[in-house]
Amino acid sequence: MTELVEVKNLRVIARSDSGRETPIVHDIRFTVPRGKVVALIGESGSGKTTIALSLMGYARSGCRITSGSVRIGEREILSLSEAEKAKIRGRNVSYIAQSAAAAFNPARTIMSQVVESAMIHKLMPKAEAEAKAVELFRALALPDPEGVGSRYPHQVSGGQLQRLAAAMALISEPELVIFDEPTTALDVTTQIEVLRSFKSVIRERNTTGVYVSHDLAVVAQIADHIIVLRNGSIQESAPTEQILANAHSPYTRSLLAAANPAVHAQAAPPAEKAEDVPLLEVEGLVAGYGKPGPDGLPNVTVLNDVGLSLQPGTNLGVIGESGCGKSTLARVIAGLLPAAGGRVKFRGETLAGSVADRSKDQLRNIQIVFQMADTALNPTRSVAQILGRPLTFYHDVKGAERTRRVRQLLDLVHLPANMAERLPGELSGGQKQRVNLARALAAEPALILCDEVTSALDTVVAAAILDLLAELRRELKLSYLFISHDLSTVRAICDDVMVLYAGRKVEAGSGASMRAAPLHPYSDLLVSSIPELRTGWLDGLDKKAAEADGGIAAVLARADRCPFVSRCPVRKPGVCDVLEPPVRHLSKGSDILCHLEERELLALGVGA
Amino acid sequence: MITRMIMARLGVAVLTLLIVSVVVFVATNMLPGDVAQIVLGQAATPEAVAGLRKAMHLDQPAVLRYIFWLGGMMTGNPGTSLVNDVPIVTLIGGRLHNTLLLAAVTAAFSVPIALTLGITAAMWRNTLYDRLVSFATIAVVSVPEFMVATIAVLIFAVHLHWFPALSFANDVHSLGELLRVFAMPVISLSFVVSAQMIRMTRAALIDTLGQPFVEMARLKGAGRVRSVLTHALPNAIGPIANAVALSLSYLLGGVIIIETIFNYPGIAKLMVDGVATRDMPLIQTCAMIFCFGYLALVTVADICAILANPRLRYK
Amino acid sequence: MTKHTDTIPETRRRMLGAGSLTISMVGAICFCIILFWVVIALVGPWLAPYPIGKIVSMDVFTSPSRDYLLGTDYLGRDMLSRIILGARYTVGVSIAAAFIACTIGVALGMISAVLGGWFDTIVSRGIDALIAIPHLMFGLVIIAAIGSSLPVLVGTLAFLYFPGSFRIARALAVNINELDFVQVAKARGEGFFYTVREEILPNMIGPVLADFGLRFVFIVLLLSGLSFLGLGVQPPNADWGALVRENVSGLAYGAPAVIMPSLAIASLTISVNLAIDNLPRRLRDRLP
Repeated sequence: MTELVEVKNLRVIARSDSGRETPIVHDIRFTVPRGKVVALIGESGSGKTTIALSLMGYARSGCRITSGSVRIGEREILSLSEAEKAKIRGRNVSYIAQSAAAAFNPARTIMSQVVESAMIHKLMPKAEAEAKAVELFRALALPDPEGVGSRYPHQVSGGQLQRLAAAMALISEPELVIFDEPTTALDVTTQIEVLRSFKSVIRERNTTGVYVSHDLAVVAQIADHIIVLRNGSIQESAPTEQILANAHSPYTRSLLAAANPAVHAQAAPPAEKAEDVPLLEVEGLVAGYGKPGPDGLPNVTVLNDVGLSLQPGTNLGVIGESGCGKSTLARVIAGLLPAAGGRVKFRGETLAGSVADRSKDQLRNIQIVFQMADTALNPTRSVAQILGRPLTFYHDVKGAERTRRVRQLLDLVHLPANMAERLPGELSGGQKQRVNLARALAAEPALILCDEVTSALDTVVAAAILDLLAELRRELKLSYLFISHDLSTVRAICDDVMVLYAGRKVEAGSGASMRAAPLHPYSDLLVSSIPELRTGWLDGLDKKAAEADGGIAAVLARADRCPFVSRCPVRKPGVCDVLEPPVRHLSKGSDILCHLEERELLALGVGA
Repeated sequence: MITRMIMARLGVAVLTLLIVSVVVFVATNMLPGDVAQIVLGQAATPEAVAGLRKAMHLDQPAVLRYIFWLGGMMTGNPGTSLVNDVPIVTLIGGRLHNTLLLAAVTAAFSVPIALTLGITAAMWRNTLYDRLVSFATIAVVSVPEFMVATIAVLIFAVHLHWFPALSFANDVHSLGELLRVFAMPVISLSFVVSAQMIRMTRAALIDTLGQPFVEMARLKGAGRVRSVLTHALPNAIGPIANAVALSLSYLLGGVIIIETIFNYPGIAKLMVDGVATRDMPLIQTCAMIFCFGYLALVTVADICAILANPRLRYK
Repeated sequence: MTKHTDTIPETRRRMLGAGSLTISMVGAICFCIILFWVVIALVGPWLAPYPIGKIVSMDVFTSPSRDYLLGTDYLGRDMLSRIILGARYTVGVSIAAAFIACTIGVALGMISAVLGGWFDTIVSRGIDALIAIPHLMFGLVIIAAIGSSLPVLVGTLAFLYFPGSFRIARALAVNINELDFVQVAKARGEGFFYTVREEILPNMIGPVLADFGLRFVFIVLLLSGLSFLGLGVQPPNADWGALVRENVSGLAYGAPAVIMPSLAIASLTISVNLAIDNLPRRLRDRLP
């Protein structure tokens, strides 16, 4: 028998608080051949994790596997007793959770948890298991393989924890490994390291795996076969190459299209030269949290010496990984967090640090849209109230006129007028984000600060929101400060791009210049880390960047050196780690913060 | 790092005790009218009233009186009783010992039982066993302490004749006698204290059982017992210590009622008697002892939580 | 535009539907009992067959009879009348005290959470100290100092229980204050009171109501305890706690005079507790 796993007619039911039962997964049938990796692809609510967990005979609380069969090897999993299932779990089938940070017990050492399944199933003596764990740590390219086991989870970075979770799954040499979105919670530059080590152990050990993900590009690197899921049923099932090149189902095709957002920047009108004054100008911004110290810097400095300039009608993308200070930048510009130093100017006027000291007109002109549509809308107020408030507040519009304007706003963001009486809880994620945008539009602003507005959405919905943003910009002559961790999104919508790393601006230039060599070494890492939608991309990459040891937080404290030095593949010892880097203007038109000169970067092939 | 946090916690406790002493002092000095007059009664001569006012420092400003009072309290000299002119230290002496003994026996009896019930209820959540425990505890926490005590008397003393309904700790000569004397107050108090502790322990553990790392343990093949004992419990120590401390602080409320019902010679009974005779210095002193007991419990619980957190232990 | 995936999954929509606010059987029974006692407290004087202090029978501690449905007390007074009229004190005083405690606690908690800074630090620290005062003991202290009367009882009970309410309200408000929609309102330039009233308060109503119920139970218990010690409602009036105290000597014969008021207290407090436990989750923790 070549098929290790065979699933037939699987059906899982969810029970709501009020006792109503709804199937969340139905008519699922697929097989996993030995030594192959099958991917379950789908958006939130597609049932992919539910299916993966049922391979271990496990259903989360509130869910129940009602019918179907799951055969692994010779065993029929679903007909086993709870005690027999426990014997399979961790021994024959093991699981790598989405968030390793949450899946590790904070009160126990890493080693005790990695070897735990070997201990539970009495597979080998403890010393042997620990030796084996160290060997796995080494195979997964973890730094300090001998020492990492004695640490506690909070002492290790997210990317390392994710690899430790893989070691935890592999220690018992299971027949099947379930990867449940193991890289989704990571930054792109970390994701690539983790993916690379996963791929190498899978290949080395000839592991059979089920890989759950929402990201087609990631899956294309690892899986042999892809199953596309939607609302709990299978849309399409085919070998990876075939899905990428020749998808049959329209849904799969829409996923593929959304994974490669079209470039909208060219569609935008050329910047109007009527005004010479920039719309928004930021100079030498320093911001953070806590009391300022003797050097004038806040206790925790999040942004250091950041400047930018935004012409009317253009878009600026701000990009960087989590913790780089990009959201803080938006909060400072919006007046929610007074800066510790530097200036923010709007149409040439210096803005006061806090909302309370700004004029109503200044407030109206700069609107902020947040990432999580779930928390950005007050759940107790109807859409009409949410949209009506800024109309009344800024424009003193009331009564029937207000109702008319609300309807107009809904139309602008392509929502039907009958949405007005709904509460946010009754809207889908994409609809919420549209209301969120409409609320900002109600103020009739000149500038909208978009803080990761598409990050929490499924790819197809996110692509639609990007389309809407481009359309609104054309019609209303808006400017966006578009903050994202995702370079492809930023490139799709922005004229200019600024790269932040550890609170410093490391590169700034036009969107086009981000495609031309040379790049700042960090920008280069960022660009090359975005998975491409083709098989073999991961294998074709050369190992470029050194890994961050202490994460960004460790870098922030030191101002006397290049912030990127610990991860930079082209650093010059004796220069980069002792001197603050200068700003260099490159011939392609952008500025970078780097010790290396343009010709050095070109010679080293950075960004090529 | 961790010593600094513990020192900070102790500092907060001392500060809190200071604020509490102000509140107690203000509350006991709220009485409109002349305390000396009230103490001596309407028939007293003006000279006698003036003399007492001087003796009680009533002629001095409130702030000074407070400092004087606090100083006395801290040096172990809280003054003399207004009613029978005996030093309060003498009045409290043996009775504090009695109350502490009652509390200690109750704690020793109820903490292990309550923790076991709370943890097992959480482990077998939503089973018949859990529902029974939950309903019983909610019923006990919902009724007044005196009702728990009267029902206990009704069952154990009136119907079963196992124990005497009243207890006097003065003439205990053997272990058997000790058991008989303490039985009713301890049983009643234990019910009151345990119910709260079971509920909070169960809630704390259920909270931890919902964490992804417990699910991960199940998916590694760990059984129910292992995932609770080695994964959930170590992470629930902080909340559980807190639950134990808070529940034991219910002892302080319960003990007032229980000592009164069983006529037990502890300081709570002393205080209730003091309220009847409006013996202010005595009431103040008892109040501060109670507050001190409560704060000590809560502070110990917080320190346990700090020590149990690996994020703080291994920086 | 591809909008076809942008819909609420079927499961979620059904959960949001009409069925989501149904209350369990236990919850419904508890609500009826609570309502019953509130009505009794309101219309008690018109229902009670005899005046409160009137000795109607020469027999004390009698069993229920046609004339005296719940028997008589230690002086030969009608128990039914005394329990009906006692409801006014137990329910009335407790609701008043719980209402004052929650109003002060929630208002102060929200202000403290939104203002933050030194105001928050000072208020929170002070209230932490108040929480460290054992309730029954402090009730004794105040009543010893100024004597017992209805206003003193209500004031004391409210004072003892507002710190708990403050703590919960502040914690809720701190969480909500961090949410993006509040940040949006602030960035819009909304004033302090608008933000608190329109953005924060409506989102904590559910937990605050549940907390009100719990606080009501604590207050009923404390009031009963004080009355049981003879320091609560003063004769000839009596709340249920005082009724138990008066008739405790009938305990040995299992007289209804001591059992009935106990049952009244238990039925009220257990009902409130169970009702809160059985509230629909969506109502209880209505937080995003």
